Amino acid sequence: MRVGRSSSGGLDKLEHRKPSGREVERRAVRRRLRVQQGAIATVVTVVVVVGLVALIVSSPGWDRVRDYFLSWSHARDSFAAIGEGFWINIRIFLVAEPCVLVLGALVAIARQTTSPWLAPLRLLAIGYTDLFRGIPSIMVVVICGIGIPALGLSGVTSSLFWLTTFALVLCYGAYVAEVFRAGILAIHPTQVASAEALALTRAQTMRFVVLPQAVRRVVPPLMNDLVSLQKDTALISAVGVFEALRAAQDYQGYNFNGTPLLVAAAYFLVVAVPLTRLTDWLMRRQIEKEQGR
Amino acid sequence: MRTSALMAATGVRKAYREKVVLDDLDLTVDEHDVVCLIGASGSGKSTLLRCLNLLETIDDGVITFDGREISDPLVDPRSVRREVGMVFQAYNLFPHLSVLDNCTLAQVRVHRVRPDEAVQRAMELLVRFGLADKADAHPDALSGGQQQRVALVRAMCTRPRLLLLDEITAALDPELVGEVLEIVRAEAEAGTTLVLATHEMSFAREVATKVCFLDGGRVLEQGPPEQLFGDPVEERTRAFLARVRS
Repeated sequence: MRVGRSSSGGLDKLEHRKPSGREVERRAVRRRLRVQQGAIATVVTVVVVVGLVALIVSSPGWDRVRDYFLSWSHARDSFAAIGEGFWINIRIFLVAEPCVLVLGALVAIARQTTSPWLAPLRLLAIGYTDLFRGIPSIMVVVICGIGIPALGLSGVTSSLFWLTTFALVLCYGAYVAEVFRAGILAIHPTQVASAEALALTRAQTMRFVVLPQAVRRVVPPLMNDLVSLQKDTALISAVGVFEALRAAQDYQGYNFNGTPLLVAAAYFLVVAVPLTRLTDWLMRRQIEKEQGR
Repeated sequence: MRTSALMAATGVRKAYREKVVLDDLDLTVDEHDVVCLIGASGSGKSTLLRCLNLLETIDDGVITFDGREISDPLVDPRSVRREVGMVFQAYNLFPHLSVLDNCTLAQVRVHRVRPDEAVQRAMELLVRFGLADKADAHPDALSGGQQQRVALVRAMCTRPRLLLLDEITAALDPELVGEVLEIVRAEAEAGTTLVLATHEMSFAREVATKVCFLDGGRVLEQGPPEQLFGDPVEERTRAFLARVRS
C-alpha cells in the first residue's frame, strides 16, 4: 500500500512558491499516514518472522536438523571445495546462456517464416520444441553425457563439460523459443500492418518492428528461464561432473553432515538474486524511457 | 485493363465469411484528386482503403494502379506500397522507435535513401508541422494529435504518389482534430493525390475534389462536394447527411 507521495514540495522550491495553508495541512497528514503505515508494516513483518522462526526452533526434531544442516565448522570446511565446483556451474551457465538465447530466438523466428522454401526448417523447429520441452532435462543430460561419447565418433568432444552444456542448451533452447514466440505473437497485428503499409519486407518487419518489441516484453519470463537454467546446471552432477552440488554431496557423504548442501544453495542464491534485480531495473528504465517519463 | 486513372477499382468485392463488406464497388482516383469516402460505420470505407494497398485480398473485381493490375497475385504488394502511403485511425507508430526513427525506417530500408538524407527529409517535414522538438521523443510521450501528425509525416517521408488516410481524426479529441487536418489540407493544396475515409463532413466539403457516399458496400453516389452535400440525388445519401449534421 502506498500513500500518495508529494513531490510538489520540491517543485515549490524551484518555483519560489509558498504552498497554501490547506496544502501544508495535507502534507502533514500524508506524512503522519506514511509513518503509521511504515510502523504497521514493520511490526507485522517482525511478528510473522519471529513467529515462523519460533515455530521451527521449537519443533521436536530441531536439534537434530540444526546439527545436520547448520554446522558452522562443516560450512567453513566445505566452502572452498564447493566454491571450486560452483565455478564449473558458472562457466557452464556463461557458455549456455548466450547459446540458449540465440538458439531460442532462431527457432522462434524460424517458426514465423512463411516462405515455401523454408518449410523443412519450420517442421524441424516445431519438432525440436515439442521434443525437448517434453523430455525431463536430466534425461537429456544423461543421454548426451553418456550416449554421445559412446558413439565413438571421431572429432566429437568427449569432454563432459561441453556435452552437458550442449544438453542444457538443447533443453532450454526449446523453452526460450516458446517464450520468444509468445512475445512475437503478442505484438498487435496493426504494428505488422503499418510496417507492411510502409513496404517493409516480412524479414524487415520482423527485424525492425516485431522482434525489438517482442524481446522487451519477454524479458521477465526470459530471466525466469535463465535463472532456472543457472540452477539446472546442478543436473550435470548426474553424469559425475564435480560441480557445486556434487561437491556438496561428496562432502556430505564423507562427513555425514548436510551443511554443504546449504552452502551450495547459498552460492546459487548469491548469483540468482542480483541477476533478477538487475533485470527488473533494466526493464523499468526502458519502460520509463519509452513512456517519456 | 488500362485506364488513365492513377488508381481504379472495378467491381471489387470483399467478404469476411458470410458478411459481404464490399459489393461490386467502383471507384476511380485521378492524379491530384482528393477523394473523400463518407458513409456510416460499417459501410466499407476502411476495408476499401485496406484493399487498395493490398493489406486485404479482394474476392472479386480488379484494382489498377498507374494502369497496372495490382490485384494480380503475381504482383508484389511491396511494389505498390512503395508508392502508396497509408495512415491509420490508431496511428500505429512503432513504440520502440523515436519519432525520427519512425520517419526514417522505410526511407532507409525500403527506398535505400542515405541515412543522413532520410534524417534531413524527416526533419524538414517535422519542422514544417511543428514537431521538430519531438524528434527524439518516443511516441508514447506524445499527445494523440502529435502522434497522428507524426504518422502522417512517416507516410509522407517517402513521397508516395497516393496517400490513403483511414479516419485519421476519429480517435482524437475535438480540439486536436484541427492540427491534423491542417497537414492534410496543406498536402491537398500541394497537389498530393489523397483518398480519405472521414467523418469530418465540413472538412470533406472544403478539400475534396470528389466525395463518394458508401452504402451497403458500394459507392451509392459520388460527385463534387457542392453537388453531393448540396443536392444529393439518393434518398439514403440525404438521410445520412441529415443524421450526421444534426
